[in-house]
Amino acid sequence: MSIPNCQTTEDVAAGIRRRVFLHSMRNNGGYLSQACSAAESLALLYNEVLKLGEPTLPKVPLPFAGVPSAHNPDAFTGAGYHGPFAPEYDRFIISPAHYALVIYSALIQMGRMDEHALDHFNRDGGSVEMIGAEHSPGMEVTTGSLAQGLSMGSGIAWARKRKGEPGKVWVYMSDGEFQEGQTWETLAAMSYHNIDNIRVIVDVNRQQCDGAMSSVLDLGDLPARVAAFGATTCSINGHDLEAMRDAANSAEPGKPLVILANTSPFQGMPYLQKRFPRLHYVRFKSKAEREEMQTAIAADLGVDLAEI
Amino acid sequence: MVELVNRPYAKAFETFATARPEVLCLSADLTSSCEVDGFRDRHPDQFLSLGMAEQNMLSFAGGLAMQGFRPFLHTFSVFLYRRAYDQLINSIAYSNRKVRLMGFLPGITTPGGITHQAIEDISVMRAIPNMTILETGDATEVETVLEVADAIDGPVYVRVLRGEVPRLFSTPFEFNKLRTLSEGDDVLVVTSGVCTEEALRAAEPLKARNVGVHHLHVSTLKPFDRDGLIKAARGKKGIVTLENHTIVGGLGSLVAEILAEEGLGVRLKRLGLQDTFAHGASKPYLMKKYGLDASALTNAIGQLLGRDLDIADAEFETARLDAVHSAQKAEAL
Repeated sequence: MSIPNCQTTEDVAAGIRRRVFLHSMRNNGGYLSQACSAAESLALLYNEVLKLGEPTLPKVPLPFAGVPSAHNPDAFTGAGYHGPFAPEYDRFIISPAHYALVIYSALIQMGRMDEHALDHFNRDGGSVEMIGAEHSPGMEVTTGSLAQGLSMGSGIAWARKRKGEPGKVWVYMSDGEFQEGQTWETLAAMSYHNIDNIRVIVDVNRQQCDGAMSSVLDLGDLPARVAAFGATTCSINGHDLEAMRDAANSAEPGKPLVILANTSPFQGMPYLQKRFPRLHYVRFKSKAEREEMQTAIAADLGVDLAEI
Repeated sequence: MVELVNRPYAKAFETFATARPEVLCLSADLTSSCEVDGFRDRHPDQFLSLGMAEQNMLSFAGGLAMQGFRPFLHTFSVFLYRRAYDQLINSIAYSNRKVRLMGFLPGITTPGGITHQAIEDISVMRAIPNMTILETGDATEVETVLEVADAIDGPVYVRVLRGEVPRLFSTPFEFNKLRTLSEGDDVLVVTSGVCTEEALRAAEPLKARNVGVHHLHVSTLKPFDRDGLIKAARGKKGIVTLENHTIVGGLGSLVAEILAEEGLGVRLKRLGLQDTFAHGASKPYLMKKYGLDASALTNAIGQLLGRDLDIADAEFETARLDAVHSAQKAEAL
């Protein structure tokens, strides 16, 4: 990859948390806990694991160019921030589209997007949508109706294998998606068809919109369930980079690889624990509440309050 | 006597797909029911079995299409849009993927009852942006629809006829063009799918009573040959649509929309399922019961013309083609 990059993966993870925090404070709310749980996984992927070419879209995000159709040659997807489609490069499918702010922050931290790209976040007529659309930076397909990313990624992987392409397909998922039946349909299909060029990282933060998964629809022994479907399954600490590196290298021939990254929804921002179990989207009910959180998390992250 | 063709889709698909390596045949456990079992056995490299898991199959197909393959999905019509509607929208239609949804046993052509009868598929599919809808009405259209569907830049849903299929037409499926089967001055009859064969049974008795029928067969439902319809509708005393589908949202509705927008002011009768579910029984039984047959058509024409046409069922029988069709119930699912 020709993008100059001297950051450690730890630095990238810290940068993701810092950017998501600053943006959420400046905009009176945001998907903070997803930055806490996902920072290390995404930092590792973008900084070390994914084989991506240089971005093909401008660093400053383009306005929305209209929905895809046979009559709209201008439509584009956010895949351009992951570089060109070429046999040797990986594809990266992000299934939980509500992690968009975290993804954008990662792309900025990696130098794939402009430092001020978040100024375009959630602006009418822009492409940097609050819930990532397929034209939003980093989004390659339409996800967000959960569990479809894995199926589409499997189709892409099968096709790439058939064509003999060395590039892999990585899929980022949230653990809530294992409540959807489609996820299990896909695991069965991946195993049956020996789709072994796909790598799945799941943010197992045990949180969903209604609160803790244990209070909504608990998935029991998720590693055993996934393994029973025939995937090579690694259940590791999602904040332990060394464990994640080992897991990323543990694919076996003939089998899909599923890495269950067990994470904390307040990793790096312990103050957020006070909000448990309502962590899906953090907003503030009062100025005082906001200031208390701002001061506490800024201290956690080593952010200068003047930056906000 | 009309020629009956045995399993026209089986042969047509094999010829079509083997000449195009980027075409993939996907199936969801109804491989022989969709006449692609021979293809599976002879061309396993172009065949993908995805099991009884339509949600995954549709999204998976979206991924295949992204990589330049052109997946043709084979299952019963109902299973392509009911259970997997969200996948159809988000993994296929929005992104305008070249995925071809080959729907078998449309409408009441299956004895499978509510769970198997796609009676609102056209209505649902019409509402989806980027979607193209084709419907075959005879063996020639079944044989020639594949190339038409494959040429479309975007997703395509096709209602396919299987088993013993009559050959009504001598020219191939032509995209977005109405077929003129007769020209007359009194009424316009617009039919699609298996209902076209049924309407043809009424041609002789109507002719014998000096009723001038302009008969159009529709094989492209979306987009629609608007100009062809307007031209034929102008000056008629009435219009009848006849479809193997609910009258809500399908052929009858789209004809009504065009007539209203053009301000033609011609009376319209929509024949088809009258906003009701059907049930499991033979095709001839259901067509009679729900008013999708030749007798329902001539009654509607009589009402529009203010005439009692007095056609006995025996007169239709002379033109009846489905001595073999009645055996189709036995093939079940």
